[in-house]
Amino acid sequence: MEESGSVDSVESLCSSTTTRSDRSSGPRVSDTELRSKAKAVEKVYKDPSKDELPLLPEELVQDSAKDVTYICPFIGPVRGSLTVTNYRLFFRCTDREPVFGLDLPLGGLSRVEKIGAASSRGDVSYGVVCKDMRNLRFVHKEPENSLKKSVFEVLMKFAFPVSNNMSLFAFEYKQVFPENGWKVYDPLAEYKRQGLPNESWRISKVNDHYELCDSYPATLFVPVTITDEELRRVSSFRAKGRIPVLSWIHPESQAAVVRASQTMVGQNGRRCKEDEKLLQAIMDANAQSHKLFIFDARPSVNAAANKMKGGGFESEDAYQNAELVFLDIHNIHVMRESLRKLKDVVYPNIEESHWLSNLESTHWLEHIKLILAGALRIADKVESGKTSVVVHCSDGWDRTPQLTSLALIMLDSHYRTIRGFQILLEKEWLSFGHRFQQRVGHGDKNHTDADRSPIFLQFIDCVWQMTRQFPAAFEFNEYFLITILDHLYSCLFGTFLCNSEQQRLKEVRVRMRTVSLWSFVNSQLEEFVNPLYVHYPSHVLFPTVGIRHLQLWVSYYIRWNPRMRPQVHPVHQRYKELLAKRAELQKRVEELQREAANRMASSSSERAGSPTRSITPVQTFV
Amino acid sequence: MLSLGSGGAKSTKPSFVSYVTPEEIKSEKDPPKQEKHPDLLPGEVEFCSANPILKYTQDDLSQRGVFGTLFCTNFRVTFISDEKPQEKTDKTFKNKLYGENDIPLMCVDHIYGVYDEKRKLITGGLVKNKYPSKMIIHCKDLRVFQFSLTFSKEEDAKKIFQGIAHHCLEEKSLKCVFAFSYMGTPSPEMQWKQETVMFDSPEDWTQEMKRTKANCRLVTENENFELSQRLPKYFVIPLTIGDLFSYQGKGLPIWCWSHYSGCALFKASFPPVTQEDGDFQKHLDTMINAVAHNHLYSVKTEDLSESLPNIQDIQQSYNKFKQFFLIENSTDFWLSDVKWFSSLESSGWLDIIRQCLQKAVEVVECLEKDNTNVLITEEEGTDLCCVISSLAQIMLDPYYRTLMGFQSLVQKEWVAGCHAFLDRCNHLHQKDKEYHSPVFLLFLECVWQLVHQHSPAFQFSETYLTVLSDSVHVPVFSTFLFNSSHHRESVMKAESPLAQSGPLSCPTVWDWSVQFDSKAQNFFFNPLYLEKVKHDRAVRKPHKPKHQRNLSLPSTAFKTPPKKGFFKDETDSLKKMLRVKRLSRWRGSPDAPTATTREFFESWQHRPLDYHGLLLPCLDGPAVHIWMQRYLRWIPEVYILGGGSVAVMTKLMELLSQVQDLKRVLEQRDSSQAAKLDHRPYFQHRLLSFDSSGRLSSSFPFAYTCYRSFKPIIPTGLMQSLMVTDSLASQEDEASSVVSFV
Repeated sequence: MEESGSVDSVESLCSSTTTRSDRSSGPRVSDTELRSKAKAVEKVYKDPSKDELPLLPEELVQDSAKDVTYICPFIGPVRGSLTVTNYRLFFRCTDREPVFGLDLPLGGLSRVEKIGAASSRGDVSYGVVCKDMRNLRFVHKEPENSLKKSVFEVLMKFAFPVSNNMSLFAFEYKQVFPENGWKVYDPLAEYKRQGLPNESWRISKVNDHYELCDSYPATLFVPVTITDEELRRVSSFRAKGRIPVLSWIHPESQAAVVRASQTMVGQNGRRCKEDEKLLQAIMDANAQSHKLFIFDARPSVNAAANKMKGGGFESEDAYQNAELVFLDIHNIHVMRESLRKLKDVVYPNIEESHWLSNLESTHWLEHIKLILAGALRIADKVESGKTSVVVHCSDGWDRTPQLTSLALIMLDSHYRTIRGFQILLEKEWLSFGHRFQQRVGHGDKNHTDADRSPIFLQFIDCVWQMTRQFPAAFEFNEYFLITILDHLYSCLFGTFLCNSEQQRLKEVRVRMRTVSLWSFVNSQLEEFVNPLYVHYPSHVLFPTVGIRHLQLWVSYYIRWNPRMRPQVHPVHQRYKELLAKRAELQKRVEELQREAANRMASSSSERAGSPTRSITPVQTFV
Repeated sequence: MLSLGSGGAKSTKPSFVSYVTPEEIKSEKDPPKQEKHPDLLPGEVEFCSANPILKYTQDDLSQRGVFGTLFCTNFRVTFISDEKPQEKTDKTFKNKLYGENDIPLMCVDHIYGVYDEKRKLITGGLVKNKYPSKMIIHCKDLRVFQFSLTFSKEEDAKKIFQGIAHHCLEEKSLKCVFAFSYMGTPSPEMQWKQETVMFDSPEDWTQEMKRTKANCRLVTENENFELSQRLPKYFVIPLTIGDLFSYQGKGLPIWCWSHYSGCALFKASFPPVTQEDGDFQKHLDTMINAVAHNHLYSVKTEDLSESLPNIQDIQQSYNKFKQFFLIENSTDFWLSDVKWFSSLESSGWLDIIRQCLQKAVEVVECLEKDNTNVLITEEEGTDLCCVISSLAQIMLDPYYRTLMGFQSLVQKEWVAGCHAFLDRCNHLHQKDKEYHSPVFLLFLECVWQLVHQHSPAFQFSETYLTVLSDSVHVPVFSTFLFNSSHHRESVMKAESPLAQSGPLSCPTVWDWSVQFDSKAQNFFFNPLYLEKVKHDRAVRKPHKPKHQRNLSLPSTAFKTPPKKGFFKDETDSLKKMLRVKRLSRWRGSPDAPTATTREFFESWQHRPLDYHGLLLPCLDGPAVHIWMQRYLRWIPEVYILGGGSVAVMTKLMELLSQVQDLKRVLEQRDSSQAAKLDHRPYFQHRLLSFDSSGRLSSSFPFAYTCYRSFKPIIPTGLMQSLMVTDSLASQEDEASSVVSFV
């Protein structure tokens, strides 16, 4: 979304994200807001009137410059003023009708650089590469006083605070929301919901102080038959000490989803008695099946190659009754490259006649297909086969959470609610140590870092694919997913900072110093609710993973292209209208009923046959 | 289900192994043999049959099947299972003419025979020799049937195979088409007739001209087809054309539709090329002048045969495209899944759809923005002219987005407009491929794209379009059987069994009660449709389509100031003033529609969307989709149990019917004020309620097949799908700490 209009055209112009533009103007990340008629749901900003920059609490203007030209790839050069705060980049042009604006958090920038030398007129070009699938380009006059910093130098400083020894804006931002999002996930409560601990599974305190494994959570569930001492030995046999622990248990069959990292088999085929015993115990904890499936997310070639480096996979000799399945999902580098290609294909222009083959050449949807297919096989084993499964990749923090959390969404309807999904992210991704800091590179200017990879984005994409296939099975809407992704980068909330629970809780103390994204989300839930949602507690979802049913998430990846701007979701809108209509009619019927009842009471003898009987009670199941 | 043991491919084709001999089968099921017969339609005759025939279960890799009897009649190929019919046959969406195991003869696309593991396309020559062990039938509605012939007696198998091959593949004469034997009782109500304008009478045309405020002339001189057999019985031309009879009516600009500004859309065939070039040019000029005279003396002409793919291209492209959906087994499915997007692209079908929509947008731009008349031309004037003019009308005129309006449009442009359905659909299996082309389907595809993008603007649903596309191949309706109005009349007269009692009348496809009961017809209505809010309720009468013309778009953004006066003063120098422009501007570069069309779309997009006004499609790559419902409905691998758009639509329909119920309750309450009661027909309110406990599959309402069980469909051969040869693939997950600061 590039442009935003004033007053009349707001509705059609401002859908920066997928959905309605008249969404409340919370601290959202999209860059549209230059509306005079913003709905002031929260007192986040001062009145965002035309000339005033809508600042968040603690947000301070660092520099601004007039006469900056933004080279918009869709509408051409636009001249306006550029403001840099400690949170965002703000560009505004009032000369045009409609008013044009850009408003993006600095966390979304991955690279800012000067392009070429100054031209004869002293103009310098700056390129801004964003993490959210777009590139911006500005042209600006170099300040005549060479001592004065240009606005872009200020931008570079504040865009990468970590590289410049400053703190992220999340640590400054002190907005208070009605709900405290840090309380959303309580591990014990979540495991209790699953019926744990029970006779087969116990809580282990072995990682209470993150001594066993610094990338794992403090609360771990393991089979009762395994002692903490044995767990310690297992930890030396699993990469990064990430031992097999329970992630989810089937309420009826007791089949469990267990996650881990690879075994350190190495070239010599090391074995570990305790690890073998642990897996046997996992199998035994489920009386329904005498088998165990081990899903190795990697392609078998890569898994084998890992032996050279000391890693590897479970041999079926060592692990009796276990069957090993490779899921052929590629590593973080392949995924990063795939997304890079995708960006080339969709931004800024889409080559129409070769769109499909270009899309295919990025392999993005094929990766999505493989991940979904892997999760589907896991869910199938657990649901249909009543068999416990162990899922791992190399370190168990990238492909593993993708697979387990998708399988859990398929198996457990709780994770399809808004709060349940938050719990799922807190549990499978955050507490189990997906390396958000590394993969996203918050505030870090090193954009070529090979540790960066869109693993989490890919997972959200998979979830989106499922919401497309099951439009009534998820409590949240597309805007919820986009909001999560936007704040993955924004560095406004503390949720996605750091690499592990240990860092978050002990080192950085994120909970004390930042606001949770869920505080913001849960304080305005109505924005994120899918009106079509029906809660069927027992429904298991098996999506179709054929590429024929996978689609590119246009409203995320191509949302900056004004031609692809989606309309207000007609189904949701229509459904909401009908719900309102029904409510109104119901009210009228009830009023009439009451009236009739009154009349009946007063003159019951006169009329035979009560008119009320024609009224059929209307079910409500939404 | 598959064993998940290996992550590798399961690429071997499963071959059928039967552990049951035919003898055993007979002893198993001795009682009623050959007792079962299909319920014949009135006029339907059984030709031959064979038993036992094994029909393979399509959605199963294990190649199991059901035994039963295969019949061939003069209407269809039908399979009747020996097993007791299951209880769950009370479908809400049952076609009364043919069921899931019936293939109307006209619907057969290709037949393949498997001879010693080799699959061969059956053509006339092969039939004579031996019969195959397995017969695979590909249908035009994209169903695939596989029958094993090895279990029945040799002569039976031979007979049924030859019978089916003969009746489905051999060239035949029109009078052999079932429609001429069908004796169905015409629906008594004839409700459809009141609502769908058939354009077979002068009144219909006059009414349409009145509705669009057209200032043209109705031609009745062709009533007996003396003028031309390729022209409609009645049609409308510009006022100024005097000489109708030159060139046998060829090249006459035929009026399609008038814009509220006064400019209009015309279509024409090419005038015949005569020896004298000047003569030709003169004729052309006369015609263009006549069109220009209609309004403002401006006209743009567009030769569609120059700028759009020709009908053979369309045919070829569709042939490639449809192959991707004629799936015989799971292995094929997952194999074709791998290169899915590039395969799609190579067929070019989506691109043809895009080009047609693009051309229609250009026409719309001329009418809406420039207020010029448009004349589209083509060799015959009845193929792409029909596609483009119908699409432009749908984009401009909300009336055509209602169900009745759409049917009237098809009547006007296609049926009365002399689209050669018989030749294009190849109903008679003629060998001459030159004339076949799925032009009408292409039109429906384009309409589907519009429906998909702007759902609330359309009263009909995609299910309606899918059913309509199927109905083309049901040999019961007169609608799609003829090449022109003249053809229709002459055949109907000749074929009438009782010549005295007037011409034979086949039902038209618009009489939906022939195929579906009223409950099933509910699926034709789009629950998302936003009805126009009427200010005057009294106007709402179904068959007097009051046109919302003036509401359609009095936009300030586009309005060019009327230049009428300016031109009127200088009528003498008409020639000079004539703004004849050629539209053909994107020939050769469909990738870059000129900036102005792009601008036209963008400025339209920037205004608030009015579903009852102008509607334009977004044509960027990601916006053009596959008509999933039509193409994927028979492929079990892509069924989403409990999901798909059906999950949403059924919910909407439920809610809508609750709202209707409540309204009705209130109306009953208000009966004291009966005068205010709204007596409009209930046709869009007869919504059904579903058994909400059942989880419908995404293929609903088409493929009901007793879904094997609630099991996921796990792809095979994933490894083949993605061989990343990059060095990245073998790179370590955790990058080493070599950090390059740039």
